[in-house]
Amino acid sequence: MHDTAKVIAGIAVFLIVVLSPVWYNTVTGQASYVPQLKLPTDEKYCVETAPYMRTNHIELLELWKKIVVRTGKRIYKATDGKTYTMSLAGTCMKCHSNKADFCDRCHNYTNVQPNCWECHVVPKGVKTEATEHAR
Amino acid sequence: MMNRRDFLKLACFSVVGTPARSVFDRLTGKDIAGPTKEGQPKWAMVVDLKMCASKPGCRDCVDACHSIHNVPAFNNPKDEVKWVWTDSYKNIFPEQSHRFVSVEVQTRPVLILCNHCENPPCVKVCPTRATFRREDGIVMMDYHRCIGCRYCMAACPYGARSFNWKDPRPFIKKIKEDFPTRTKGVVEKCSFCEERLAKGLKPACVEACTTKALTFGDLNEPNSQVRNLLASKPNIRRKAYLGTEPKVFYLE
Repeated sequence: MHDTAKVIAGIAVFLIVVLSPVWYNTVTGQASYVPQLKLPTDEKYCVETAPYMRTNHIELLELWKKIVVRTGKRIYKATDGKTYTMSLAGTCMKCHSNKADFCDRCHNYTNVQPNCWECHVVPKGVKTEATEHAR
Repeated sequence: MMNRRDFLKLACFSVVGTPARSVFDRLTGKDIAGPTKEGQPKWAMVVDLKMCASKPGCRDCVDACHSIHNVPAFNNPKDEVKWVWTDSYKNIFPEQSHRFVSVEVQTRPVLILCNHCENPPCVKVCPTRATFRREDGIVMMDYHRCIGCRYCMAACPYGARSFNWKDPRPFIKKIKEDFPTRTKGVVEKCSFCEERLAKGLKPACVEACTTKALTFGDLNEPNSQVRNLLASKPNIRRKAYLGTEPKVFYLE
C-alpha cells in the first residue's frame, strides 16, 4: 500500500462531513433542544395522567372514536373516576385552545402529520398555525 | 398428515356445509339480523307522501339535514353528495308505477334517504368494516376506516350513498363546528341523525318538516307513533322484494 496517508485523510474528511451536523448541534447547544409547549392555564389535569397522555393520547383518541362510532356511548370514565364527553373538538380543544403552541409545535418537532383536522372542525377561538390545512 | 382422500372428503364437506348454515338459519326462522336486546330501540321512519306533497317545492328537511351535517354542494350532478333528497314516484317505485296511477300520485316528489336496512348489502361488502349496522338498526359509517373502494355504493340497491371525489370543504356554504366534515375519498350517507338521537332529539329532517310528513320512532315500542301508523295505514317500502328489510316506510 502506497496511499495509506491519502486513504486515512479521505476517511477523516468523510467523517468530518458526515458528522458535521452532530458537532454543529453539540457546539451550538441545539442537541438538547426540546419544543417549549404552552400548557393550558385554566386546567392542571388532563383526562389521564400527563405521562400517560404524552405517550398514549392517540391511543386514547382511537379508543374514544371506537366507542362513540361503534356503540354510540359518549361518556368516558377516566381512571380517577371523573367522566368526560368523548369528543376531540368538543372536549380536548376546550382546554387545549392553543393548538399552535401545543399540538402543532410538538407534532412539527417529531415530524408527524395527524389528519384529524381534515374532517374535524377546529372550534372558533382556537389558535392554529396558518400553514395547517384545517381552516 | 392428512392423505389426499381425507383432504378431498373434508373439502367436499366444507363446500356443501358452508351454504347449508344459512339455509338452516332460514328454515329454523332465525332472524338474520339477530335478536334484539331487551329495551333496545329499533329506529325507523315513516314518510307520508301525500302530506309531503302538500307543500310543493319544499326543501326544509333537505336543507336542515345538509346544513347541520356539513354536506357540500358541488353544483355538479357528477360530484353530487346527498344524504336526503327527492325523486319522482316513477323512479323510486318503478314496480308500483303504471300508466293508470293518478297523475297526482305520479307527480308527487318522493323523499329518499338511507333505508337503514336490517339486512344491509353495503355492510356485507365493506372490506374494512367501515360501514356496519348498530344494535339499534342504524347503518353507520366510520369515516376513519373508509378507504373509498365504493363497494358499498355498488351494493346499495337504493343509491343512498355518495362519494367525495373532491375535498368537500371549499363547497360547504357554512361549516358547522359541532359536526365533522368529510374528506376526499370517503363515502358518506344519512346516519338517522345518530348524534342527535344520543341527545334525545329527533332527526333534523323530522324536526324541520312543517307538514308533519315525517314520523320517526322505535319499532320495538308497540305503542310508538311509527308502529301505530304502520298498523293503521297501508304502506310500502322501496324494493322490499330484495330482502334488505328497509326501515323507511312510505304511506301513499
